[in-house]
Amino acid sequence: MRDVAIIGIGLTKFGERWEHGMRELMAEAGVKAITDANIGSKDVEIVYGSTMASGRFVGQEHMAALLADQLGFKNIPAVRIENACASGGSALRQGYMAVASGMHNIVVVGGVEKMTDVTTSEATTALGGAGDQEWELSQGITFPGLYALMAKRHMHEYGTTEEQLASVAVKNHENAAKNEYAQFRKPISIQDVLKSKVVAEPLKVFDCSPISDGAAVVVLAPLEIAKKYNDTPIKIAASAQASDTLGLSERESLTELKATKIAAANAYKNAGVKPSDINVVEVHDCFTIAEILAIEDLGFYEKGKAAKAIFDGETKLNSKLSVNTSGGLKGCGHPVGATGIKQAVEITMQLRGEAKERQVNGAEIGMTHNVGGSGATAVVHIMKRAN
Amino acid sequence: MEKASASAWRKFNARYNMIGNVCKTCNTKYFPPRIVCKNCGRNTKMEEYQFSGKGEIFSFTKIHVPSEAFKESAPYVIGVIKLEEGPMIEGHIVDSGKEPQIGAKVKQVFRRMYTDGEEGLITYHFKFELI
Repeated sequence: MRDVAIIGIGLTKFGERWEHGMRELMAEAGVKAITDANIGSKDVEIVYGSTMASGRFVGQEHMAALLADQLGFKNIPAVRIENACASGGSALRQGYMAVASGMHNIVVVGGVEKMTDVTTSEATTALGGAGDQEWELSQGITFPGLYALMAKRHMHEYGTTEEQLASVAVKNHENAAKNEYAQFRKPISIQDVLKSKVVAEPLKVFDCSPISDGAAVVVLAPLEIAKKYNDTPIKIAASAQASDTLGLSERESLTELKATKIAAANAYKNAGVKPSDINVVEVHDCFTIAEILAIEDLGFYEKGKAAKAIFDGETKLNSKLSVNTSGGLKGCGHPVGATGIKQAVEITMQLRGEAKERQVNGAEIGMTHNVGGSGATAVVHIMKRAN
Repeated sequence: MEKASASAWRKFNARYNMIGNVCKTCNTKYFPPRIVCKNCGRNTKMEEYQFSGKGEIFSFTKIHVPSEAFKESAPYVIGVIKLEEGPMIEGHIVDSGKEPQIGAKVKQVFRRMYTDGEEGLITYHFKFELI
């Protein structure tokens, strides 16, 4: 196995991108990434593309070949990876494996979702496909509904409050306000969250990540040649993934994601680090409760302790642990297929020291955590400055 | 959403009558029914099993923003029900005038689920009612 580095990153602004379709978004992020990596189109050996439901959102399948085509990568292999909301993280892991194995040198991984061409109820239906179609979606159980069931149980078992849930959204909007790529640049208050329209009790609109357009692309290379292309390559120190039952109710617990715990344990072992070594982490906060579950399951807090810690400000930028400096899915936006790759872009910016106003001081080791469905897939990557 | 009646018909036993299955190798009961036992793998020996439909609420939510097929039903209450035989399953908790609570006892009832938009077929399904 070879060490793998990220040598180029590219991101579009996330949000309602009415003037741009899926291919324009992919091209925008892709050109930035290959320019950043200082490579030519002919250097790229394979493309991994990720989108959760482009067929449902814009009627376009076969997205990876389109990505390769739009970026001018002539006739190279292109593969689409679909793993619901964890499509991006899963594609990154495939790219990592292609380089680590020695099969390919320069690999492009790109994710996209163009979600605003359909109505909210059509988008809700499409996203519901990440859960169990036959036993959840068929009964009208929406995606926010699944996380609401987890939130309600977490409140019951640990006394978590709606104010504590709201504080996740407040913190992530605060970070998003400092991120030029973010969908929401306006800070909000706990009262704003509590007063927003109820989606699935106890979750309100401001507890939920938005419907977004956007794309993110990274370029990978073997670490041994990475410096040829980039002065500050970022090493992927671990890439781990796990799965669980598709249906929420088939699990032993509704207050932990076992897939996250298993992926995290493997990632820490493979990277030779522990939770306290991580300086900055992008977690999958599709809903406010998800960030609470995530930082517990990733080992940063004991079960039942994270909600209070977030409310008390321990996970704000440059406090005890900087969580979701990009604004997370909540503040930065959640174009589903792009999210897992955007997380890697944000951590790369942080470890390079290029995150400007939202820079975590002295960030050396970072982590990304990408979840599919209500926890049927979890992907964890650990990254380090390579120099 | 299911656009074809065949996909609903295939689930008739489970959705209408709460028939799941049990692995005779390890005696684990499953609802919804599945082909391969999680414990026994290739040594699975499944037989049909009639669930009582009784259980208690493990968690619940009221959905205000529905998916397309449920636009006319919102808001509606969904619960994770721990069946007395062991497995947990999600289902509607019908309005009986009582407030749902975690731990409250429920029993299965048979109700209309939705009307298929394209064919106009009414789909039925188990739901749960507070006892």
